[in-house]
Amino acid sequence: MTILREVPAWNAEAHISRTVRDLPPSGIRRFFDLVNEMDEAISLGVGEPDFVTPWHVREACIYSLESGYTSYTSNKGMPELREAIADFTKEQLGLDYDPGDQILVTTGVSEAVDLAFRATLNPGDEVIVPEPCYVAYVPDIILAGGVPRQISTRIDDGFRVTPESIMPAITEKTKALVLSYPNNPTGAIMTRSDLESIADLVVEHDLLVISDEVYGMLTYSGTHASFAQLDGMSERTIILNGLSKSHAMTGWRIGYALGDPMLIGAMTKIHQYTMLCAPIMSQMAAIEALLHGEEEMLKMKHEYNLRRRLFVSGLNRIGLPCIEPQGAFYAFPSIIDTGLSSEAFAERLLREQKVAVVPGNVFGQSGEGFLRCSYATSREELIEALDRIETFLDKL
Amino acid sequence: MNEILQILSENARATPAEIAALLGRTEEDVAREIKELEDSGVIRKYITIIDWEKASEGYVYAVIELKVALQRSTGYDSVAERIARFSEVQSVRLISGDHDLSVTVRGKSMRDVAFFVAEKIAPLEGVQSTCTHFILKSYKEHGVILTDKPKPKRLVITA
Repeated sequence: MTILREVPAWNAEAHISRTVRDLPPSGIRRFFDLVNEMDEAISLGVGEPDFVTPWHVREACIYSLESGYTSYTSNKGMPELREAIADFTKEQLGLDYDPGDQILVTTGVSEAVDLAFRATLNPGDEVIVPEPCYVAYVPDIILAGGVPRQISTRIDDGFRVTPESIMPAITEKTKALVLSYPNNPTGAIMTRSDLESIADLVVEHDLLVISDEVYGMLTYSGTHASFAQLDGMSERTIILNGLSKSHAMTGWRIGYALGDPMLIGAMTKIHQYTMLCAPIMSQMAAIEALLHGEEEMLKMKHEYNLRRRLFVSGLNRIGLPCIEPQGAFYAFPSIIDTGLSSEAFAERLLREQKVAVVPGNVFGQSGEGFLRCSYATSREELIEALDRIETFLDKL
Repeated sequence: MNEILQILSENARATPAEIAALLGRTEEDVAREIKELEDSGVIRKYITIIDWEKASEGYVYAVIELKVALQRSTGYDSVAERIARFSEVQSVRLISGDHDLSVTVRGKSMRDVAFFVAEKIAPLEGVQSTCTHFILKSYKEHGVILTDKPKPKRLVITA
């Protein structure tokens, strides 16, 4: 027998947490829908490699499935993978992290970012976020109960963080500083001496540094520098890294966090109650990539470097001034001279010439007046895109 | 590795202007170096890799393994160079293992190739034996996978 009852109209919105409801929507989302409607647009808007994961890595994963690797793993990640990460980090940064208690394998770097904030922030704690930057830091801080304090990096400083830019944002509630170099969206890097220039301030205010180094391997001048390499700084730095960009493995969702055993332990606590562990097949692939993937990794980096020169010189030639991006795979040209806002420029460029770029303001207010163009796309498309942008500029 | 050679080895049609943009050098500079590479014989020829099966041109390829009896006065070179002069022959290589020379031959039909081997290669002085392997299907040529499916598409915009 069906029981009938009088029920007031269902109001789903009332059941969403205030924090989530008030979270600003991603500026990328609207643009994504716009581009998706367009047929045959050339997209310079993609934040991932255009290479497919190298075959030897895919093959290793297939073999692991054939061999029956389908179970959970240790919360921290497979011991072999943590060993491989330790060796890789030692080779790249010269730093020692104990695979036993200083390394946590996460489901992509995104999870590691989230864990770092949740494990360290108390309600009301402030985190300094230099912008323009990747879009997830601010919402992740809010979700962790923290308060983001965005600061602007400027083109005149090469989009680097300086002591002068941090100083005014520091209060007694400041708990941490986010560094994300090589930077998405600007392609800027911070050299060792750039990092040294802010170290005293970090120590003076006892800040934790959360350093997202996922583009570290894609550094085109010199080698990547990490804040953790500075004398006495490794304890107060959580390095977040992963294989998505360096090894063209975005869809595998393998990231990792390196740091002080207590901090990694705190992150692991959340990880074990939420994610449990990263997928074992992805971990098996990551082991292969770290142990035998150097040649393929360097080949891809070399190709990005060729495209970088081609594209950046092209932008400057057609009249969109662009500082030399020294890392990642983005160019961040200025469109201030056109008098258009970033969004207006991007939208008109898409409608009139079918080239998709991402408006700079999506990455923070200080990105206004710029565009993010990813050169992780084929040379032919880059050349065609430059032609179309030139035509667009001529008609303005 | 020479970066110009690397680029040309992947795309023989890359112009000096394109190469210059990729390497951050001037067009004149690149053109001069290419000329030098051509003149010195490092760059031998610009060719096109064709999937002949797809082009329905119907060529037949075979790999011929040769055993060579060395004469006192002549090494492998003299036999190999004689074989290389035939226009049917695509490649000649000295190899290690059971055989001495590996020769790729192209013909209009299997009969064509078989007769070429029987009449031109086998009787050569020094050629002890031949073993003809017809190629049934090509999966990869000159580093290009011929059977590749199109790459899956990425999302058009991602953060």
